[in-house]
Amino acid sequence: MTVTNRTNVELVDYLLKAESDVTEVVKITDQFPELSIEEAYDLQKALIERRMEKTQTKRLGIKLGLTSKAKQEMMGVHEAIYGYLLSDMLAFEWEPLQQHRLIHPKAEPEIAFIMGEDLMGSDVTASDVMRAAKYVVAAIEVIDSRYKDFRFTLPDVVADNCSSAKLILGSKLARPEELDLANIGMVMSKNGEMMTTGAGSAVLGHPAEAVAWAVQKLAERGEGLLKGDIVLSGALSEAIAFDMDDTIVAQFDGLGSVTLSSRYVK
Amino acid sequence: MQQQIISKLTTELLEAEEKLIPVEPLSTRFPELSVKDSYHIQLQWVERKLEEGRVIIGKKVGLTSKAMQNMLGVDEPDYGHLLDRMKVSTGTVLSRKDFIKPKVEAEIGFILKDDLQGPNVTYIDVLMATEALVPTLEIIDSRIEDWKIKLVDTVADNGSSARAVVGKPFYEIDQIDLRMLSMTMLKNGEIRATGAGAAALGHPAHAVAWLANKLADYDMSLKAGELILPGALSSAIDLESGDEVTATFGKLGSVSISFCE
Repeated sequence: MTVTNRTNVELVDYLLKAESDVTEVVKITDQFPELSIEEAYDLQKALIERRMEKTQTKRLGIKLGLTSKAKQEMMGVHEAIYGYLLSDMLAFEWEPLQQHRLIHPKAEPEIAFIMGEDLMGSDVTASDVMRAAKYVVAAIEVIDSRYKDFRFTLPDVVADNCSSAKLILGSKLARPEELDLANIGMVMSKNGEMMTTGAGSAVLGHPAEAVAWAVQKLAERGEGLLKGDIVLSGALSEAIAFDMDDTIVAQFDGLGSVTLSSRYVK
Repeated sequence: MQQQIISKLTTELLEAEEKLIPVEPLSTRFPELSVKDSYHIQLQWVERKLEEGRVIIGKKVGLTSKAMQNMLGVDEPDYGHLLDRMKVSTGTVLSRKDFIKPKVEAEIGFILKDDLQGPNVTYIDVLMATEALVPTLEIIDSRIEDWKIKLVDTVADNGSSARAVVGKPFYEIDQIDLRMLSMTMLKNGEIRATGAGAAALGHPAHAVAWLANKLADYDMSLKAGELILPGALSSAIDLESGDEVTATFGKLGSVSISFCE
């Protein structure tokens, strides 16, 4: 162990304070270079528990990160990561985001699953995910690393709950089996200018494959997906930075669109 | 506010409804009346109705549009209770004589299959707990003279509720984009108002979530089987005898009501 229980609490408070103060901080591996992925997930778990208690929120679901080969290669890893979504992270198409509550946010277009039943186990497959999911919807995830310049190692980002900040869902619901999820085309624009494109297959070949991976990974810790969970299955393109007064629209073939507007409100 | 005054105002409002004679605004007679006092009046009103054998069948959210909130100078919705005798089926002919000064609003009703207990209920929780959507016309009728209402007046007056006219339930929720669902209201064959689902607090299910979270402040929750009206999709329309009103909500279908003498 490179990190004692006492420093564990300190690190959690360090990251939570960065979030609530809207200030970027030095990454924790600068001080604890030996921090392992497993220890990072322990930190993440402690951080989520502490944050739910502090903000009186509840679990909303799970998010995946590093679901594209390009991103994994960039980080020098071979697998994806996951973090937790909490109820106060849910933002709405009909209320502008409060830019001053975010450090250096970026938007990622994703396909979200809403689970119709619990799903657990180390042998869960993509088809199990398709059966257990009740709806799929278009989503924009707002990531906002608490680390300086959005730079981190894998254990850093895991401990920081995978940079989770906000999510916005589109209003069109679809049944997962109605759509060919791997072949959903996506176009994301900022202030009317096209920024990125992608397809459902960007996330581990198929969004349900990514969710199945997450379920297997969660099983290692005796956890799983719960009925009602929102699962963000991973970005269909690279993230784009945004600032106040920006409007981002992600359009998905067959899934409608989702819009994020940011405003400086105090 | 004194319990005595709360009881007295409850009795006044019950009598106004029964005799169809409106009362002067409570807000002008009792300027110190708080919103919390008003909800206590509403809750006492409901208790008295339950003693008479009425049954709660659901709840309604009001003041969900920016226009209505601005008009009353508030920044959040209000709610009221729906009782068994308020519910009528589409196509019913009602008598104008049973109302004071009725108006009608078109709403997307939610029928719940699970309880929803706040706080932290999200609109996604609401969608997951929804059994069916139902095209609805809400008839509102203020027991306050000439609709001269402030927030405290309408809250005490059970959100000005009078009737909920319900159409056929629609079960395929994934077939409806609730923000985009259209609404066209016709009076005597003429289009009088149009709107879309987003008019109710951005998303009708968001209005239901607001209600579930608000009720948690009073240790109450939304119950499986209840009908929840999440707010009007356009401004209210006056109703007189001889009028026939129909609201059509895209794939969700239609609901109508007629008024006779």
